[in-house]
Amino acid sequence: MTTKDTAATTLSQNISSNLSSRLVTYVAVMLLGFSILAVAGHAQTPGLHGAAHDTRHATGFPCH
Amino acid sequence: MFMRLLTSAIFAGALAGLVGGILQLYFVQPVLLLAELYESGQLVHFGAEPAMISMGYAGFDLTRDLWSLAFSLLIYCGYGLMLVALMGIASDQSLISAHPTFRHGIIWGVGGFVALHLAPSFGLAPEVPGGASADLEARQVWWFATTLATSVALWLFAFAKTQKMIGLGVILLFAPHLFGPPEVTYLRGPVPPEVAALFASRVLGVGLIAWVVLGAAASHIFGRFSASE
Repeated sequence: MTTKDTAATTLSQNISSNLSSRLVTYVAVMLLGFSILAVAGHAQTPGLHGAAHDTRHATGFPCH
Repeated sequence: MFMRLLTSAIFAGALAGLVGGILQLYFVQPVLLLAELYESGQLVHFGAEPAMISMGYAGFDLTRDLWSLAFSLLIYCGYGLMLVALMGIASDQSLISAHPTFRHGIIWGVGGFVALHLAPSFGLAPEVPGGASADLEARQVWWFATTLATSVALWLFAFAKTQKMIGLGVILLFAPHLFGPPEVTYLRGPVPPEVAALFASRVLGVGLIAWVVLGAAASHIFGRFSASE
């Protein structure tokens, strides 16, 4: 393998590792958002439901 | 990059949550409080003297309304996180500009409103307190399935390159509604239809404004960050 080939392979590995690490970040951010939505908007523990009640109704979530 | 996405989402979510929360307290809360009087039996729709009522601004209940504002901020931050993640994916795939502006964001905001407010409301109208409703878990499952299917459909309408994929989007858009939401067995809500109708339309109107603010702010901040990268 020539030096040029090695450099190209390293570059392509870097790009693909960069892309997959970006994708992992997007998925993590999306899951964080989803978790907040699930807890603040949909979880049914009594305290949480009481505090979030009006906003859940006013945001169109199924409430009780 | 994680911190940049987080910052965009939290700033935009806090702004949208604040705007949505204030509009909610002014326009939705009085209707909700009135419905609760019917829910608790303090007012009766039929079989009693018609009540003279007002659906105007009902004053401020500090603890209750601060909780509402806090949850509005939280919920829109949650929406914001999902929105910027999707913007990031679209930007990386060169499906949108690498430096979107607030104008682009308005379209994202309207899309978010359609996917997360309008589409589920088409089957499960925003619930006024006291209204009759089907089993909660079944409604939550249908709500999540509908929002997911509609989000994918809108993504396909915006970015799909083949007609087949756009066709799939149409199917996903209609499928939850053809399948149908969980239904109530008995219509026995004590709240007058005038109150319930105003409640539903106010919820959708406030939701649209908050989503447009969220999309515009998220896109503006996201675009500035990606410009500085």
